[in-house]
Amino acid sequence: MVTDLNTAIWNTLAAFLTFCIFSFLYKDNPFYKIAEHIVVGVSAGYFAVILYWNGLVPKLWNPVVKQGKWYYLIPGLLGLIMWTRFSKKYAWISRFSISFYMGIATGVAVPLYMQNFVIRQLSSTMLPVHFKNSVGFFNLLIIVGVLCALIYFFFSKEHKGAMGSAARVGIWTLMVGFGAGFGLTVMGRVSLLIDRVIFLKNYFTSIFGHIL
Amino acid sequence: MKSSAFRKLFSLFSSLIFLFLFYSPAQGAESSAPAWFDKNRVNVFIVLALFFAFVIYFINRAQKGKSLFVRRIPGLDAIEEAVGRATEMGRPILYISGIEDMDNLQTVASMIILGNVAEMAAAYEVPLLVPVCQPFVVTVAEESVKQGYAKAGKPEAYNPNNVRFLTSEQFAYASGVNGIMLREKPAANFMFGSFYAESLLMAETGFSTGAIQVAGTANIHQLPFFVVACDYTLIGEELFAASAYLSKEPKLLGSLKGSDLAKLLIMIYLVLGVLFVTFGIDIFLRWVFVQ
Repeated sequence: MVTDLNTAIWNTLAAFLTFCIFSFLYKDNPFYKIAEHIVVGVSAGYFAVILYWNGLVPKLWNPVVKQGKWYYLIPGLLGLIMWTRFSKKYAWISRFSISFYMGIATGVAVPLYMQNFVIRQLSSTMLPVHFKNSVGFFNLLIIVGVLCALIYFFFSKEHKGAMGSAARVGIWTLMVGFGAGFGLTVMGRVSLLIDRVIFLKNYFTSIFGHIL
Repeated sequence: MKSSAFRKLFSLFSSLIFLFLFYSPAQGAESSAPAWFDKNRVNVFIVLALFFAFVIYFINRAQKGKSLFVRRIPGLDAIEEAVGRATEMGRPILYISGIEDMDNLQTVASMIILGNVAEMAAAYEVPLLVPVCQPFVVTVAEESVKQGYAKAGKPEAYNPNNVRFLTSEQFAYASGVNGIMLREKPAANFMFGSFYAESLLMAETGFSTGAIQVAGTANIHQLPFFVVACDYTLIGEELFAASAYLSKEPKLLGSLKGSDLAKLLIMIYLVLGVLFVTFGIDIFLRWVFVQ
């Protein structure tokens, strides 16, 4: 794995930081603090550069300066007035940008949510129910589960009587789904751990392989 | 639902009809110009129009002072309990609003809950720490917290240093939050918003510090982790209902009741659709098909 001195130094640093993070499993300690501060600081600086090159330059500087699209200055101005937050007297001006952004974001998000989380789900749940084979029966289970889960999220009535029973079936359905999701994600996390362990194994083999 | 509500509904529907009549539909694959109206999504448009009509109707009812019942949500009652515990222990409250930006509705809902938590924290005089993952969310979080303190009648108690930007990188943010949990030892951790793989890292660390934890997200794949590691979890739409339940604001209550009515209609539509599909008629199914 280690091909030259440069790679060896970086891999040593990566292995060291991996152990620093793993040391958190014991308790909070100075090594974990070092790794934590490095990763937070480096990522904040990295994202500032990313935002400059992926946001400011292609979305404001180039359109205005190179293409003459002056109207790009309007969002630029909205961005600029966010800096008024540093002044107690003029901080209120930044609310224009906040309200503009939140209005746009909500306006875009609501139809998307309606389309993807309501209408698409509705069409996927309209399944035929029959008892010719197991598919028809499982379809029935899905439909009952969806209806009961919807009843659980009904806030206008107390969950009592028949509605309470249906809501309970709804929460059981959700919990079964959560259990399956939990197992699946834990498997994914274990594979991440395996990847890190393989990295460490390769690192130690490449550094100390000739000694062992 | 006379006068002003009727006027609002009338103007909504007349605007919809105007849009429908005056903007030409998409011409299909051969048209390269952007269209104002996508005929393939008329169903989305109608469902949204109906939903908004319900919401406006219920907001109007709430504003007239008619009582709108909302059932008790156990996870939300736990918020006040957690704030009270932090007061007794003399330790701060930690509020995490997820890792998404303000274009995510969960973050918007989280900011509303943050305002209520800030109001409680100000009333009980407990420090409220808000580490934030997205630069833009910082400004909104500052506003929410400031307004919460002002509502509680203690604007001078607001400490801007407690709303902190950490980093936009997911796992770096998680490690930063974990550091705060371990070093500042908050007695109550609130996690409301959009979370991903960092959810368990934070919830597990919070659990190890002995803090009371209340979480809520609509990201289904992360809910299991909150369910196992937190004392109370708001599941899916409960997160959106939380803001209405806590604030009792007529507009939010109206939205909640409107969405309840929409859910009822969806259930009826679903049952009818299933019945028709079972007998080989797909008229209901075709209507909700989105390309």
